[in-house]
Amino acid sequence: MFLKKNNFSSTEEITGWGLYPRFNVLKKNPKNIDELTEAAKTPSLIARGNGRSYGDSSINKVNTIDMKNFNRFLHFDESEGLLVAEAGVLLKDVIDTFLPRGWFPSVTPGTKYVTIGGMVAANVHGKNHKNSGSFGNYVHWIEIINIDGEIVRCSRNENSDLFFWTLGGMGLTGIILNVAFFLKSVKTAWIKETTLVAKNISEAFRFFEDNLNSPYSVAWIDCYTKGKSLGRSLVMLGEHAKINEIDFKNKSNPLKSPKKRRISIPFYFPPFILTKFNVRIFNFFYFLNGRIGRRTKLVEWDTFFYPLDKISNWNKIYGKKGFAQFQCVIPLTNSKKAITELLNCISNSKSFSFLAVLKRFGTETSYFSFPMEGYSLALDFPINSNNLLLMKVLDEITVKYGGRFYLAKDSRIKKNIFEKSDNRISEFRKYRQNKIQKKFSSIQSDRLNL
Amino acid sequence: MRKNVLLVLGASSDIGMSVAKKFAQEGFDIQLAGRNSYNLENHCTDLGIRYKVNANFYELDALDFNSHEKFVRSLPILPNVVVSCIGLLGDQSESELKIKKNVTVIRTNFEGVVSLFSIFANYFIDRGNGTLIGISSVAGDRGRASNYIYGSAKAGLNAFLSGLRNRLFSYGVNVLTVKPGYVTTKMTSGLKLPKALTTNPEKVAYCIYKAYKNKKDVLYVLPIWKFIMIFIILIPESIFKKMQL
Repeated sequence: MFLKKNNFSSTEEITGWGLYPRFNVLKKNPKNIDELTEAAKTPSLIARGNGRSYGDSSINKVNTIDMKNFNRFLHFDESEGLLVAEAGVLLKDVIDTFLPRGWFPSVTPGTKYVTIGGMVAANVHGKNHKNSGSFGNYVHWIEIINIDGEIVRCSRNENSDLFFWTLGGMGLTGIILNVAFFLKSVKTAWIKETTLVAKNISEAFRFFEDNLNSPYSVAWIDCYTKGKSLGRSLVMLGEHAKINEIDFKNKSNPLKSPKKRRISIPFYFPPFILTKFNVRIFNFFYFLNGRIGRRTKLVEWDTFFYPLDKISNWNKIYGKKGFAQFQCVIPLTNSKKAITELLNCISNSKSFSFLAVLKRFGTETSYFSFPMEGYSLALDFPINSNNLLLMKVLDEITVKYGGRFYLAKDSRIKKNIFEKSDNRISEFRKYRQNKIQKKFSSIQSDRLNL
Repeated sequence: MRKNVLLVLGASSDIGMSVAKKFAQEGFDIQLAGRNSYNLENHCTDLGIRYKVNANFYELDALDFNSHEKFVRSLPILPNVVVSCIGLLGDQSESELKIKKNVTVIRTNFEGVVSLFSIFANYFIDRGNGTLIGISSVAGDRGRASNYIYGSAKAGLNAFLSGLRNRLFSYGVNVLTVKPGYVTTKMTSGLKLPKALTTNPEKVAYCIYKAYKNKKDVLYVLPIWKFIMIFIILIPESIFKKMQL
């Protein structure tokens, strides 16, 4: 029972959030800048944050550099909400620290357990992309360890090429070290949430387009419905509540959030728990709840933005083999047609997916980020041969309608499909060719030859 | 009212950082002492931004005994609580070969802390209050083949803290011995730790703060370790020596 240091190998099995695929890799955990620059001397490497990308984006077989020790706030300017943080700082820490002072992230993904470096690398989007764009829009500057091991600062005015390729560049332009970004001012920790029940996908689209002014919007789609009720969904709209809108008892401390416990899943769910039947029952109650619940209510920020974070390792519910998330965005003109076709394809297959998430995106703002104006659909599939085949079909449909894929979620797309989906790839390759391409690479970038 | 002050010795350790964060969260001003100034100055900035407290860094070499008195006098405010996270695990197999390294492990884990705590003890007696918290280890409860160098230093530390507690009690000064068990830190990175026996630095910090508030004497962060160690201590030496532990 007592331990001996394993001197022979320091390899470690790591995966993305999807627990698929798994790799044995050499990982380094530099503690300070000297150790980091030393670790960055190997010919091939990738930086890794909290491992919340789903696939192989943050994994390099010979040198995966864990940035979690770089987790300090370096500066905060109260007058304009400008925060300078090391790349390994978790978004959760940003919220815990600054929400009580009236600041909230301008853009947030669906989990608060991401690092700021990861948010830059994937140029993450949130439920407010249609009006507010990606996280990169609020980044003031980035400091990067470049190919020569030097720390370079880049921004819209300084080394702007590096800046715009780094936003959404999946860590393939260098090691993101420090990030300066703007938080936005909020008056309360509460969100005014309105839930609309859409009978089918056309109605869901109508709800989105009718509510473009609502700051946040997202739809949860039941993937089992067919025919007329295909795409039955709950469309959730939200906005930050003002002081006069919140309950009396919270008014004395409008920025305080109630303490909640996180549930954790102690083991991998065996396959019989997530069957089509059980998921159907879950969805039935979920929608019943949406229908009978109050249409407009106040919810605290955690429930609205991070419902899944309540279960600390929900990725285990898909079992030991893991899961993959399919996420695409379809240009606005084709959105309805393409997403109807995707949903049809899913509901007719033998596969099952819990819930699909539909979001409206606004215009594209950086060189290589995922979003474009249109609609984005995301769903999880447990790994098995049927589902992998189904996702291939979904890939084809996406490409047919001019859509593209989210690298932060991808663990399995084929190179030729990816090339067809994104014509910016050749520019990115040109930027990275020769030196950078060899130095900064992940298993994903090798797979897709980025 | 003036804020309470926590001094962390060996602050670049993960447990040290977590303890600093926890106490800062509870409103303490923070003094961080250790080597590796680059890291610690950033940590001070971070604590200042996060918890709106004063946090400052002071250079300290635990092995430079002659400098300790000067170090304590150089602190602008005598802290209310001192926690020592000074520790060096070393590598047992290497230790057997390189006697010099053994000595460093012993001197760091034991002598360094003894020297600093003895000085603080005298100041605290004069003031009539204060708390000394020593991070020790379950490894100090019985020497085992796998890490008896580290273990013996921690055993010495346990005895020292126990004696110090005995001496300082009547002066209103508390001494807390902390035995964390396995903790996922930089010190243990690369070791395969059994999950049920392992905790994280945040949990350790939380328990230390609670134990400090309750004026506890000895803290096993995970209660299971208390039972394991009682069991291990009870094994007769004639059997124990044949076991590969």
